[in-house]
Amino acid sequence: MKKNKRNERLLLQGSEACARGALQAGCRFYAGYPITPATEIMEAMAWELPRVGGVFIQMEDEIASLGAVIGASLAGVKSMTATSGPGFSLMQEHISFASMAEVPCVIVDVMRGGPSTGLPTLAAQGDVMQARWGAHGDHPVIVLAPSSVYEFFDLTIKAFNLSERYRIPVILVADEMIAHMRESVILPRAEESELEERPRPTVPPEWYAPYKDPGTGVPPMPAFGEGYRYHVTGLAHDIRGYPTIRRDEVGELMARLFNKISKDLHLLQWFDSCYAEDAVVTVIAYGSVARPALRAVKRGREKGLKVGLVKLKVLWPFMRRTVMGFLATSTKVLVPEMNMGQLSREVKRVNQGQCEVLTLNKVDGSMITPGEILAKLEDIYP
Amino acid sequence: MKGRVEIYEGWCKKCGICTAFCPQDVLDTTGDGYPFVRAPEKCTGCGWCEIRCPDFAIVVSPYEEEQEK
Amino acid sequence: MTETTHLIHSYLRSSKRFPHVWCPGCGIGILMGALIRAIDHNRYSKDEIVLISGIGCSGRLPTYLDFNTLHTTHGRALTFATGIKLAKPSLKVIVVMGDGDAAAIGGNHLIHAARRNVDITAIIVNNQIYGMTGGQSSPTTPLGMTTSSSRYGNLEPAFDISRVVEAAGAAFVARSTVYHTRLLEQLIGKALHKRGFSVVEVICHCVTHVGKATHMNSAVEMMNWQRDNAVSVRKAGTLSAKQLEGKIVTGVLVDREAPTFHEEYEKLVARVGVDDSAV
Ligand SMILES: Cc1ncc(C[n+]2csc(CCOP(=O)(O)OP(=O)(O)O)c2C)c(N)n1
Ligand code: SF4
Ligand code: SF4
Ligand code: SF4
Repeated sequence: MKKNKRNERLLLQGSEACARGALQAGCRFYAGYPITPATEIMEAMAWELPRVGGVFIQMEDEIASLGAVIGASLAGVKSMTATSGPGFSLMQEHISFASMAEVPCVIVDVMRGGPSTGLPTLAAQGDVMQARWGAHGDHPVIVLAPSSVYEFFDLTIKAFNLSERYRIPVILVADEMIAHMRESVILPRAEESELEERPRPTVPPEWYAPYKDPGTGVPPMPAFGEGYRYHVTGLAHDIRGYPTIRRDEVGELMARLFNKISKDLHLLQWFDSCYAEDAVVTVIAYGSVARPALRAVKRGREKGLKVGLVKLKVLWPFMRRTVMGFLATSTKVLVPEMNMGQLSREVKRVNQGQCEVLTLNKVDGSMITPGEILAKLEDIYP
Repeated sequence: MKGRVEIYEGWCKKCGICTAFCPQDVLDTTGDGYPFVRAPEKCTGCGWCEIRCPDFAIVVSPYEEEQEK
Repeated sequence: MTETTHLIHSYLRSSKRFPHVWCPGCGIGILMGALIRAIDHNRYSKDEIVLISGIGCSGRLPTYLDFNTLHTTHGRALTFATGIKLAKPSLKVIVVMGDGDAAAIGGNHLIHAARRNVDITAIIVNNQIYGMTGGQSSPTTPLGMTTSSSRYGNLEPAFDISRVVEAAGAAFVARSTVYHTRLLEQLIGKALHKRGFSVVEVICHCVTHVGKATHMNSAVEMMNWQRDNAVSVRKAGTLSAKQLEGKIVTGVLVDREAPTFHEEYEKLVARVGVDDSAV
């Protein structure tokens, strides 16, 4: 990997940008299993980690990969894995575990066409709901969606920061196109990136209660071997980490798991917009579809249509406030997606009747083109 | 008598392992199922009852040490 | 004279309530005692031990002990253990698994941990049944045994876990019953001491379910069975295959030197050279 000493311009593949972001965020452990189109991330980590004092291991499957990642994180090391649909399905039990036991980790799902083995080499956005609800039980997660090589780098760093800050698994849903395309980018140098670390206990081990709310909703977390000798379990647990079925204790735990994220929703409204302020018809898009959507909106403006784009970078928790704002100022909203309509359901859910929400869906493995989006915009334009 | 056996009924689940496998027949079972030391003078302090108790409800201490106290 | 007085209790978490959850007479408690004594004997500090389990009755074991403890998912304990050991090699990583845990749902992880020779000690509690879920058959249930999921008798031949891990490359493999408590303690001690992937298969009684299935009505009866059917490795060498049928061969089954994953990784790092400014 070419070093980024002087912010020079680099021609990078999305996967490589992701790996660079991870390393810059302080990731020093990667466990994974090969799968198209996520393999390049693993290969980059296999090359780089031994050179920066980190550990790379290829595991026997994706369940094992995320298990090892969670283990490494408990040992105090920032850790990640990357996969695609079939592997992402296998990871769900451990995403659930990481949510319950509050173990920071980053999971990249480079989406490809599904279901099942589907279209291994073609982009899709079919895992958006799975990223939110694929793991069993009500659980908190944060899901980010990059739409460019630069964003893949940037959001990977942010994914680590969020996972450390809130002690939760953070999922990046990229897709085949974002992972495989090359763009020329100028990346910040290591010292220019702001990094966050998990909260650590300041009290002596005797006083430490591993799952007690310190007020922020996020209990401090020591690494194994630092003298705190606490218990970690996927069972519902009390503030000491011991299994419990007491209603008050379980209720408190579940409330805290959700509140630690929901109290900060205002900090998780990450989006870019273009011509959205005065748009009559607004396109809401994410991931690689945001790219043709931008083209379409620009061409629409050239044609005199008051159309705009809102590109969401956070998919979950759903950016309700942001989206509601644009629903209030638009007559119609179009949600183009490379799935049968997943995030559009959320847009419809938060729409309070003030606006008509339309969809444009494609699941045949081909990209949605600017022309298709523009045609739809012209068609629905009031 | 070389060992002193103490049984903590609070943790004992009355499984009978200690009594059954004591090589010297030191232990016996009460009517309500708890073990008790019936023949303390025969105890060799071998510790088998302690290490086979699944509930850590028996401790054997050396008898000499007991006298020194 | 026993030297074990009060030793166990100094490793139990004072914040946990006792007696523990296991059924009266369950062999898992006996194993727990042997494990503690072996750890104490090897003079590990409590802080350096990470005790990891999967899901099942045996999965509850770490909760009670004053170490760094991790209760993972069913069958996957070794994957977490691998991550912990590689991320922080100074830790002493011990995994406790049930037979369903280790050989059914976690069978793949077991053979790969053995193949990689990760420096972990795996203690497999083989009670020949799924205890926690109510006595269904497991990969180690004997042929023909009636369980709640093989109600007309088990049709599947059983795994020999020790031979599986031997073939997969484990550096150390040993077997004992819980009846042979002192042997068990010694073998765990040796396994802990061993560099590389070490396995102790513990033949353990599930009073509640296997007791019912085999019409042995008490822990005592089941431990008598262990006593009567165990054969030491040395003795086993003198017996024919026919004579060994249904017997439990106990002792050290495998003890060999092989580079661990971590050692090989260190060599790789030395070869490519660490360069902290690589990014
Ligand atoms: C993925 C998954 N499948 C099934 C279960 C249900 N389950 C809990 S314990 C168990 C079997 C336990 O048997 P074993 O591993 O032999 O351990 P034991 O209880 O006998 O100690 C099963 C199937 C689970 N917790 N997770
Ligand atoms: S120490 Fe030995 S002899 Fe004494 S009661 Fe226990 S098992 Fe019997
Ligand atoms: S072995 Fe332990 S639990 Fe069982 S009867 Fe004896 S003291 Fe009680
Ligand atoms: S069900 Fe069986 S294995 Fe589980 S605690 Fe009871 S006796 Fe032990």
